[in-house]
Amino acid sequence: MRQSVQTRFILFTVLTLASVIYLVPTFVNPLPEWWSKFLPANRINLGLDLQGGTHLVLEVKVDKALENNVERIRADLIKVLREKGISGASVEREGFQVHIKVAAASSEQVRGILKGEFGNLAEAKPQQTVGATTDFYLTLSKEEIRSLRDYAVDQTLETIRNRVDQFGVSEPIIQRHAQNNILIQLPGIQDPERAKEIIGKTALLEFKLVDDSSNAEDAVKNGPPPGRQVLYGQAGRGENLGAEKAGYVLEARPLMTGEYIQDARVRPAEHLQGASVELILNPAGARLFEQITAANVKRRLAIVLDNRVYSAPVIQERIAGGRASITGNFDLKEARDLAIILRAGALPAPVEIVEERTVGPSLGQDSIRQGVTSFVVGGLLVIVFMIAYYKGAGLVAVVAVVLNVLYMLAILAGLQAVLTLPGIAGIVLTVGMAVDANVLINERIREELRAGRAVRSAVEAGYKNALPAILDSNITTFLSGVILFQFGTGPVKGFAVTLCGGILTTILTAVYVTRVYYDYRISARKLERISI
Amino acid sequence: MELIRPGTNFPFTRYRKVAFLISTLVNAAVLVALFVKGPNLGVDFAGGTIIQVKFHQNSTIPDIRKALDKVNLGGGVIQDFGEPGSNEYLIRLEKADTEIGALGEQVKKVLAEQFGADKFEVRRIESVGPQIGEDLRFRGTMSVVVSTIMMGIYIWIRFGGAFGARFGLLFGTGAVIALIHDVLVTVGALMLTNYEFDLTVVAALLTIVGFSVNDTVVICDRIRENLRKIKRETLESIINTSINETLSRTILTTGTALLVLASLYFLGGEVIKPFAFALLVGFVSGVYSTIFIASPVILLWESRTVRK
Repeated sequence: MRQSVQTRFILFTVLTLASVIYLVPTFVNPLPEWWSKFLPANRINLGLDLQGGTHLVLEVKVDKALENNVERIRADLIKVLREKGISGASVEREGFQVHIKVAAASSEQVRGILKGEFGNLAEAKPQQTVGATTDFYLTLSKEEIRSLRDYAVDQTLETIRNRVDQFGVSEPIIQRHAQNNILIQLPGIQDPERAKEIIGKTALLEFKLVDDSSNAEDAVKNGPPPGRQVLYGQAGRGENLGAEKAGYVLEARPLMTGEYIQDARVRPAEHLQGASVELILNPAGARLFEQITAANVKRRLAIVLDNRVYSAPVIQERIAGGRASITGNFDLKEARDLAIILRAGALPAPVEIVEERTVGPSLGQDSIRQGVTSFVVGGLLVIVFMIAYYKGAGLVAVVAVVLNVLYMLAILAGLQAVLTLPGIAGIVLTVGMAVDANVLINERIREELRAGRAVRSAVEAGYKNALPAILDSNITTFLSGVILFQFGTGPVKGFAVTLCGGILTTILTAVYVTRVYYDYRISARKLERISI
Repeated sequence: MELIRPGTNFPFTRYRKVAFLISTLVNAAVLVALFVKGPNLGVDFAGGTIIQVKFHQNSTIPDIRKALDKVNLGGGVIQDFGEPGSNEYLIRLEKADTEIGALGEQVKKVLAEQFGADKFEVRRIESVGPQIGEDLRFRGTMSVVVSTIMMGIYIWIRFGGAFGARFGLLFGTGAVIALIHDVLVTVGALMLTNYEFDLTVVAALLTIVGFSVNDTVVICDRIRENLRKIKRETLESIINTSINETLSRTILTTGTALLVLASLYFLGGEVIKPFAFALLVGFVSGVYSTIFIASPVILLWESRTVRK
């Protein structure tokens, strides 16, 4: 018996020391250098609600990515059909379908082309011949749709990760969430508006020729001529958005897109010009750009970002070397943000923010202060109450509760779990509920004493008889904690973590740690009287 | 110190009919209110935006309203937040046409125009899209329902093993009825006090389910023990004895939990208040329901089967 008491005493002492070591980095700042070399240096992670920051959920508009893809296929179809000499074919996109209308005479040839060169397309409906025309209805295959959707979300995630990395946020969390959503957490961010601006921009960069033969006003009134589109320049921003928008008639087909960008750099304002962003194209892009500029000298080339014309300079001469610059009315900060998103690349599909939770740093500070205050006051109340009610046994229970909190915090630090405001509430609640186990034991011991048992056997019976109820009641609370963890998001998950962690440490401290004390007294034959 | 003298034998089960009647009425009232008026849903569940703003100078709700009325942000409720005199307000906007991410910036801008950019601080923005809100609503409700049923199943299995499936089922049913009671009472109290239902309230409800069942487990455990020990007494008297024997534990445990909850409620800050309030109500209700509902339910069932 004595030996077993010793072993357990040593075990819990080691456990307590280890917990203290795990908690030192959280409470000592800065850490001495030798510490981080040999000992765990992880701090308790504070949730966004405590340290401030932004939590975003973006929905990736995957359908838009699919539409874009079908639109590309449509363009390919038109090109191929024209090359094969099939005239009078009309190709339209209807949702995710492509509808081809050809003269019935050439339907066999078209069928062959579709089979040969567009094998990835499935028939949405069997072909129909009515009178002199034949209709084909084609669509993407199911697997293709699935992989395109997945690709769109994954690619968006990657791009956003690049942008956030360049934006310079420490320890961001960016992960896929549900089917088409992306969860982003940016701790400690000072300017959430700017972050959202950078993350949420599609950043589709296109170079399109300006059609100077058409008048913009006519095009707006009567609709643009075939193959042309009207896009607007950058008007004022903010409140006078849409006040004065210069319209451009552009050739709808882009000559080049942003996929060739190798790097984008900010050039500060000089002379009378505002800041600009210089694009450095990769070799393939440089060649393409040279060809484009050579073929279109004296024409205006519009630089379009997300369907907004940034500038439309006249091409003076062939441009070799693969450099282009975007000028506009931006200040240095805007230019820097633009460079970031151009470097990171375009999103394959537009995104929409469907959830945002931003907490300012001062509120986080307040929450920590209030959380700690309520923890201290609540804890003191419990301590006073337990000692007043159970005297010596109450003191033993209090020691158990203190160790309980210590172990719980050490687990949080060791597992790098996130502590949130509801998480602090969970710790406070655990302090109040953990004594339940000691109450069950002590009430049992009192009962056994009243039944006339000797102190020693009363203590033993008390522990033994109280155990099933202690286990049951903790298991049930643990179960609902697990369900909560499954259901909850962010802060609430933090509560589930401390609730469940607290239950484990409660059983350990309230049942097994306190037992060491009584067993010691029993083994030392000093348990004739008990203060309970 | 002793709160409950040993040998106390209060005939709790005698009042079961009155308790059943009152509880049924209360629960029915809550259910009716839930379906007629509906709970006061926070942005987590209803969708929309809340913006918490702290002013560095005295400001009034009409001032803020005047600023916000300049732009159409889909109507809004402005209320005091935090201690009186802290100049902190909560602006709640319903679903607006503007994309979620841009709302906060717009509000910031109109406030800056009215009061000056350095005169206030946006401390918190929470925006939830309607789709996400609906999803959270569904999952929140399901999690409470599932955990309640799981508690019943746990008790059924736990006590069914030793005393036969029927007995386990009785305890389980009693526990589930008591839990439904506690959840409804808490929901009713939140509706009466006009607290908003958000994610932390669901966390509170789940904790209530997990905690309230503790008392039931402890008392059932004692009933089982006493059934084995005392053979001659009626079931009713055994149940009563068991409740009385565990009474001081029930009061103590709930008491310490209520102590820390009171501390959270008064000192933990505005964000945690609805959560602490729900737990306070739920834990008290948990004691009542265990004593006056869960245990007597067993009796109700038994007496009926005996008569047949």
